[in-house]
Amino acid sequence: MSVYLSLFIEFFQIGLFAVGGGPATIPFLIDLTSRHDWYTKADVANMLAVSESTPGPIGINMATYAGYNAAGFTGGLTATLSLVLPSIIVIVIIAQILDKFSQSRNVKAAFFLIRPAVTGLIAMAVYEIFNTAMFTNAAGEFQIPVTLLLICIGYYLLMCYSKLKKLHPSFWILCGAVMGIVMKL
Amino acid sequence: MKELFELYAAFFRIGGLTFGGGLTMLPLLKYEIVEKKRWAEEEELLDYYAVGQCTPGIIAVNVATFIGYKRKGIPGGIFATLGMVSPSLIIVSILALFLEQFLSNRIVAHAVAGIKVVVCALMLNTLIIMAKKTITGKLTAAVCVISILLVVFTPIPKVLIVILAGIAGVILYRKGKVQV
Repeated sequence: MSVYLSLFIEFFQIGLFAVGGGPATIPFLIDLTSRHDWYTKADVANMLAVSESTPGPIGINMATYAGYNAAGFTGGLTATLSLVLPSIIVIVIIAQILDKFSQSRNVKAAFFLIRPAVTGLIAMAVYEIFNTAMFTNAAGEFQIPVTLLLICIGYYLLMCYSKLKKLHPSFWILCGAVMGIVMKL
Repeated sequence: MKELFELYAAFFRIGGLTFGGGLTMLPLLKYEIVEKKRWAEEEELLDYYAVGQCTPGIIAVNVATFIGYKRKGIPGGIFATLGMVSPSLIIVSILALFLEQFLSNRIVAHAVAGIKVVVCALMLNTLIIMAKKTITGKLTAAVCVISILLVVFTPIPKVLIVILAGIAGVILYRKGKVQV
């Protein structure tokens, strides 16, 4: 099967079932590593780093990067267009019945349980990313204490100071880059 | 045709100027769509956001499709979405092309390692915010735990877990076990 057809099938599915936006695509992107050799589990963390530090929705950046790894620029294009196609179809349908849809109790009940299930999937994705990428430095050495400590401090700062919460995520990305260079992570 | 390109250009600017997507995009959307172009009222925009969050797909794309569709039907939805994804396609492809070479530079490698730490903290933050919003009682907590257990101990595709959770929600609602 051509790589473009596989990209279309995989990313169309991700677009159809990733409820909750960008972060919800990550569990599915990790899953792809078991079926295709487009990128490895460890690459997912690099992809996230690039996606967070470039403009645009994270889910789109991730899809472009994943598709690029699989088949160059046209691969990225295929993955991204396949990812957004279900959105276009679903939204066009829903736009006609917006009131009915957002008032439907069956829809509400379905999403009431879909959301915590997706939270569970994302929890596992976060675990995978911590596991495969955070515990090694640029040279590939094991370094759990330093990164874990830094994550804890960063998270503590983020949570404790309400003013910091309002700062743009790109500020933290920049801090991370400077920190990485200074501490030779 | 002119309006289709206007839609494309407006969403190209939004996609190219926001980092992070989702909610971080709201202020720029408000400026571009509500204040500058007057394509939608602020309440409408928030409605689109609410629906965009509980329909499948990238939230920013869902909102773009909504606004484009409302202006110019299906072509409008397509042009708005293409505008939203174009900056990502261009920038990420260029970066991906050079990343291997970039990473062999020690300073860049250290910077990326540092960014990864921040990405982990941001992901953890997203997870905690999502958990607080979506786990509202015993039932939702149980569904979250079951979903984790299914991922760890069974080869069930994640897509199926999402579908099963939705079906369970409808069945439990019909039996009166879920109040919505």
